[in-house]
Amino acid sequence: MSVIELTIIILIGSYFAGLLGSLTGLGGGFIIIPLLTLVLHVDIHYAIGASLISVIATSSGSAAAYVKEGITNMRLGMFLEIATTAGAMAGAILAIYTSTHYIAILFGLILISSAVLSLYEKKEHIVKHTSYLGEKLKLNNSYPTADGVVEYSVTNVVGGFFMMLFAGLISGLLGIGSGALKVVAMDGLMRIPFKVSTTTSNFMIGVTAAASAVVYLQRGYIDPGLSMPVVIGVLLGAMTGSKILVNSTSSKWVRVTFSVVVGAIAVQMIYNGIIGKV
Amino acid sequence: MANLKDTDIKTAIGWVLRIGVLGSIAIVLFGGIIYIYRHGHTVPNYQTFTGVPDFVQPGGIINGILTFRGRAIIQAGIILLIATPIIRVVFSAIGFIIEKDYLYVGITVSVLLIIFISMLSGHAG
Repeated sequence: MSVIELTIIILIGSYFAGLLGSLTGLGGGFIIIPLLTLVLHVDIHYAIGASLISVIATSSGSAAAYVKEGITNMRLGMFLEIATTAGAMAGAILAIYTSTHYIAILFGLILISSAVLSLYEKKEHIVKHTSYLGEKLKLNNSYPTADGVVEYSVTNVVGGFFMMLFAGLISGLLGIGSGALKVVAMDGLMRIPFKVSTTTSNFMIGVTAAASAVVYLQRGYIDPGLSMPVVIGVLLGAMTGSKILVNSTSSKWVRVTFSVVVGAIAVQMIYNGIIGKV
Repeated sequence: MANLKDTDIKTAIGWVLRIGVLGSIAIVLFGGIIYIYRHGHTVPNYQTFTGVPDFVQPGGIINGILTFRGRAIIQAGIILLIATPIIRVVFSAIGFIIEKDYLYVGITVSVLLIIFISMLSGHAG
């Protein structure tokens, strides 16, 4: 396949990856990596490198819009970035010494769990009682809603911190934003309002990906010819996705359908990893 | 007054991210067009990892840009993109210094330090 054919195929594929990634909230990497490895037989390390770059573009692009609205908790994000960047560095170094079929199997497993996690109904919970660390680190904050400014507190800071270390590790190892894991840490453990946890998670994804991208870059895993269509396609797809999301509320039915598709991709990745084809 | 500074730094961070993403995508696109124009009909091999290309080092990239190599220009755009969130962290640090919140200046510097160590670890070995 020539460069021009490959570029056009990847560009179209990445557009839909970005679109689906933004609609499901799973991120473009979950679709672009299987597309590159299973369909186009690209080495998984190259696929991870290209995906990381697209993760930085989409996360930074949307964070620019969210920061101004004042929902993102900058202090919380900054504090947890210590955990995610340290994890991402470890993940990127680990990826260099891990054989490709183990990465493929792990990718499939994380993909399935993220799809299941994203299906859970998100309940808005506001915690009022304060924890010692939350107070000390000035993590408690407020955010604007339709009914005025809502104050919230943060609990289980230590648990959330360790979950973020894991989310960073997965991000560095697999080249995904691992937004689902970050939301589990903030929404599930630290009891932060859902809107705050999603925007703050998105805010952190760019730095996390950059911490592992500097390793991948120097190792030669970020190939310009491959990354170019991926980053442009995913970014355009994500922009389309965010426009659709503003205009409609995603129904349960749509999310279930996506999860089935994602599950099928995950099984493919695991199967190909086990038989050693990836 | 404290609130005013806070929104100022948020606006600055918003602009850093916006300019970084748009600028790097423009460079990547420009490099991509040159790359396809010059190498559109060659057959690339991505099936196996072929080692570190010569435009990973700064000298190689500058040399590649000067000789109008599409892949080197794309790489420059990608490096700007990777730098964007890191520059954002630097701006956050400045914001915390203005607010005199030294706990968070320390936290922000720690994040920058981790990224720096990560950069060095990728270089070694």
